Amino acid sequence: MTDMMPDKKLLTSNTALAVSCHGITKRYGEGDNQIHALRGIDLDVYQGELMMMVGPSGCGKTTLISILAGILDQNEGECLVFGENIKKLSHRARIDFRARNVGFVFQSFNLIPALTAAENVAIPLQINGMPEARAISKASEYLQEVGLAGRENSLPAQLSGGQQQRVAIARALVHNPRLVVCDEPTSALDHVTGHKVMDIMKHIAVNQDRTLIIVTHDARIFSFADRIAHMDDGRIVQVDQNVVEKNTARSF
Amino acid sequence: MYSVALKMLFGDRGKYIGIITGIALASVIMIQQPGMMISVLSRTYSFISDVNQPDIWVMDPMVRYIDDSKPMLDTQLYRVRSVPGVEWAVPMYKGGQRVRLSNGELVGSNLLGLDDATLIGAPGILLTGKLSDLRRPDAVIVDEAGARGRLAKPAAHPDEKPTPLAPGDTLEINDKRALVVGIARATATFGSQPIIYTTFTRAKNYSLGERKLLSFVLVKAKGDEPPEDVANRITEKTGLKALTAQQFKDISLDYFIKTSSILTNFGFMVLVGFIVGAAVTGQIFYNFTLENLRYFAVFKAMGTPDYVLLKMILLQAMVVGFVGFGIGAGISAMFAAYTRGGSGITMTLSWQLLLGSGAAVFVICLLAAFFSVRKVFRLEPAIVFKG
Repeated sequence: MTDMMPDKKLLTSNTALAVSCHGITKRYGEGDNQIHALRGIDLDVYQGELMMMVGPSGCGKTTLISILAGILDQNEGECLVFGENIKKLSHRARIDFRARNVGFVFQSFNLIPALTAAENVAIPLQINGMPEARAISKASEYLQEVGLAGRENSLPAQLSGGQQQRVAIARALVHNPRLVVCDEPTSALDHVTGHKVMDIMKHIAVNQDRTLIIVTHDARIFSFADRIAHMDDGRIVQVDQNVVEKNTARSF
Repeated sequence: MYSVALKMLFGDRGKYIGIITGIALASVIMIQQPGMMISVLSRTYSFISDVNQPDIWVMDPMVRYIDDSKPMLDTQLYRVRSVPGVEWAVPMYKGGQRVRLSNGELVGSNLLGLDDATLIGAPGILLTGKLSDLRRPDAVIVDEAGARGRLAKPAAHPDEKPTPLAPGDTLEINDKRALVVGIARATATFGSQPIIYTTFTRAKNYSLGERKLLSFVLVKAKGDEPPEDVANRITEKTGLKALTAQQFKDISLDYFIKTSSILTNFGFMVLVGFIVGAAVTGQIFYNFTLENLRYFAVFKAMGTPDYVLLKMILLQAMVVGFVGFGIGAGISAMFAAYTRGGSGITMTLSWQLLLGSGAAVFVICLLAAFFSVRKVFRLEPAIVFKG
């Protein structure tokens, strides 16, 4: 395994740890049917960093971000997210932690079909106790930021794939989380739209206090990453600084 | 988050209408079957309910229920009147008579002879005509269901409908003329036979060849005497059976329940209605939750506590239950109103029935919500990352 620590000179500013994982293993199933999804992951992700996780299907990328986001427990190892050992938090404390600190962007958007764009974006604020009217007002501001001014009252079905993903990004950011995890955010989009979506993510989502971890197969967006962790068979086999030529040459 | 739950529910109009329709139909089944059973059972004592002035019914000791008429000698009336505590006592004739229609058809009917002087026992609701017209020669009042149904004037041609009886029309009871002077609303009887009201004297005249014609003596207890005490005293002094109106209803109902399979049959239908209703309602709501499981997983992943998810699902269940039951109860009420006064299928919609069926729908929705919530609670939020 290569050195997991980044060259700190290449990180723009803040080098405080957002995520620090050591010896993470995850198994599914029992006995002969047991599958080793993660086989001892060591990973540090820094605040203000956009990290991508790449690798073939079934290599454990999604399992790893599920653990980092606090929605799945590892079998062994320790995972600190902003200094909190999530596995050791109580059920309630973990739910609160996710509500305050984590934003999600999904491959299939997962927007509630019956809610308008603004209502979808307002959900994390309502989960955090903000009254509906205020939450929708703030959600509308975020929709404006992702270039969807005037589409606040549109239902997801009335939006294109790219627009839906922008709504999902606004939803992931509206409560100002410190960690945003994205699962294949561009794989359902065409090249141009995917590029636009990543542009928005890079410019709106990433800041000194916020960390983005993106799982992707899409080599077209590797250039947006600060670092890229290559995974295979439940292990991180290499972590690269963003060298576009190298990454795009790699075949997954 | 509760508004989100409601928007999820109302947002997909097709599914929402499907759920509401299912619950409304289940509610109709759960209201209608017991409603019809109550209606049929109440017919066993409907005649007693319609005659509401007397406190006590006096009859032959062998009478077991309202239609089990065992006439007494007229002299029994005077014996009853002599019992202390009796405010007044009047005779009543109740018997089956055959009515001949203009086409020669014979229709079995209930003939009621009311006290000539007071007309106690007359129907409470007269739709047309006046009660005092019963004192006119040959006068009878016919109940609404009979006038529209079995006693209606036969049509001249087979493809035409019979014409309902109206004041001025005549009937033939045991070869004697009867002039219709009014149409009354009466609760249908168990046998759904037409009811014909006339005076006691005229009823005796219609009933050829019968020596004993006093079916019941209707008694009012004095104001300060409990009817039960007066009834006991009448039995003691005369040897006749004397029952309060409620006691008479109870023994009539008991008789029908014990000697017929009506309770078993209807009870089974009610049970089937409940089970079908529960299954339909539960399944529909459970499916709705399953279809939204992915979104509940998203809520969980985003940090929605379990108790909020529980309240969201309960709110959805209660709303669909309330709206579905409301529509079902409305449809049942319309059915009850439409069939009211007829001699065929009728339905009694009591507040107890609405409360009971409403509670049943409430329980079903709670159960459906319980199973849905279990599914949501066990849901692994990590499924949100699966495609």
